[in-house]
Amino acid sequence: MTISAEREVIVEVRNLKKHFEMSNGFLKKTKTTVRAVDGLNFKVYEGETLGIVGESGCGKSTTGQLLLGLMEATEGEIYFRSTDLASMNKEALRKARKDLQVIFQDPYSSLNPRMTVGELIGEPLVVHGIMRGKALRERVIELMQLVGLREHQYDRFPHEFSGGQRQRIGIARALALNPKVIVCDEAVSALDVSIQAQILNLLNRLQKELDLTYVFIAHGLPAVRHISDRIGVMYLGKMVELAGRDELFNNPLHPYSHALLDAVPIPDPKFRKEHELIEGEIPSPSNPPSGCRFHPRCPYATAKCREEEPEYREVLPDHFIACHHPLLDEDTSIVPATH
Amino acid sequence: MAQITESVPRSSNKPKSAIGALFRRLLRSRTGMLGLVIVVLVTLIAIFAPLLAAHDPAKTDIMNRLVPPFWLDGGNMSYPLGTDNLGRDVLSRIIYGSRVSLLVGISAVLLAGAIGIVMGLLAGYYGKAWDFIIMRLVDSFLAIPSILFMLIILAVMGPSLMTLILVLGGTSWVVYARMVRSETLSVKERDYVRSAKAIGALDFRIIVKYILPNVISSFIVIATLNVASTIIMEASLSFLGLGIQSPDVSWGLMLSDGREYIATSWWVATFPGLAITITVLGVIFFGDWLRDVLDPKIKD
Repeated sequence: MTISAEREVIVEVRNLKKHFEMSNGFLKKTKTTVRAVDGLNFKVYEGETLGIVGESGCGKSTTGQLLLGLMEATEGEIYFRSTDLASMNKEALRKARKDLQVIFQDPYSSLNPRMTVGELIGEPLVVHGIMRGKALRERVIELMQLVGLREHQYDRFPHEFSGGQRQRIGIARALALNPKVIVCDEAVSALDVSIQAQILNLLNRLQKELDLTYVFIAHGLPAVRHISDRIGVMYLGKMVELAGRDELFNNPLHPYSHALLDAVPIPDPKFRKEHELIEGEIPSPSNPPSGCRFHPRCPYATAKCREEEPEYREVLPDHFIACHHPLLDEDTSIVPATH
Repeated sequence: MAQITESVPRSSNKPKSAIGALFRRLLRSRTGMLGLVIVVLVTLIAIFAPLLAAHDPAKTDIMNRLVPPFWLDGGNMSYPLGTDNLGRDVLSRIIYGSRVSLLVGISAVLLAGAIGIVMGLLAGYYGKAWDFIIMRLVDSFLAIPSILFMLIILAVMGPSLMTLILVLGGTSWVVYARMVRSETLSVKERDYVRSAKAIGALDFRIIVKYILPNVISSFIVIATLNVASTIIMEASLSFLGLGIQSPDVSWGLMLSDGREYIATSWWVATFPGLAITITVLGVIFFGDWLRDVLDPKIKD
């Protein structure tokens, strides 16, 4: 499982931060800073699928938008191949968007209701002045067939389609510019389970045919399990663990990933296990806990966790973690600390 | 299994005509239909005024002044609704007056709408300094009593049809600007606008193809209803002597002329007043129906 040795890095994120300033209170005098993304470091390799998971409010969607340049980063760099997207001007960024596309969560709100399927799918080509007229129509029909839509649906409006078909329209639109990287922002979580499988299969097939790289954002581990090569777990604006899929599922080192995996129900009534449920709510990103951000909910937390922020480091080959007490040898070495 | 394959979405059966569907819904609403009939009728009257009017609306006939309507003693069929103090035919004047009312009502709203939409889109889409400057301008317009503002401008520029349209349009754009701004603020946060940014669309394209079509339906509704209030405003200004000047005719001017004779010859002021009421009601009915139809939450 040494992915890094074989493949080229296509996207690299270094110390990425996004802080939102909020003013509230009387005459907007109190200012709070919401640290949605607070120091992210990770690499995406060409041709892989990187899953990013975390609870609501952990900053995973913000990360997606930052990668796409839909939001300006407060700090840090985002490299696409060797160019830093965060330092680009508006026009250069607009051109760079050809290589970075997005599939949205909700296929009901991500398609302009006043445009036809043909217009929606062809628009990226028109915007960048790549095609027009007959060539455009042919390319759009080719894209429609690629995602499993039929030619006669060219002049229909999005409201005439089901959720799964709409998501296909969204995918065709994202593919129009031959992008290298596609950010799937919870791309299947709004769909029925049976449709989810169809769309995931479609995404898998497209990845192989078109040599795509996916960053797949989702809120639960099961959703990314089948499609991801590597999975990163985010908690309160930080990456807490990043490893190959099988490695993460079989050998989670961070107590949070461990708890997330534990929370996944197993559909077998005979198989019952003691859940180590994490207690409490995810703290507010405007006032994150000191030291390790997970310490108030962590069963293994010690005084060190409260005071010192753990470093994000590679503890095993291709296995990154930010924890003072990684569950390296689960059964013996770690004893839950007394608080 | 065969049944399953057959029950695939059947949206392709009939090519739906949007206008046909609108019309079928119109037939179902009585007030909407009544509104449409009145609006169409008044429009036709305005267009074909020279063919419909029996008399020249400006031609005075001192011998036949203040003739009552035909059903009263002394009335006759050559002046069905009587004559005014200068012997002009009231019916012919109402027919010609519809031209001014509609022209002013519609042009002023179009002018105000054009300014308001552009201002609202700029303020809502770009925000920050644009928003601040435009919205303070709107606030200051709202702070001045509009009738006072109109009176001053009309007094300076001199009353004419053109100034009337400019003044009425130039003071009422603020309503549209506020409305379009707030709609823009909500539409621009939708995912489909973000998807347009993601494909690298320029601001102009996003505004014209994504924001405008999705805010225009609210605009149409408010604009229609405002045609009614503009017609009344025109009548009021003409009544005050600041609108249409003789020998041109407008319903407001006729009201003003008839005021002195209201005790003795009621018909001079009453019929133009009725014309205003009926037209405005028609426009309001039609506008209410439009609001129901264009509201996406109410689907048939």
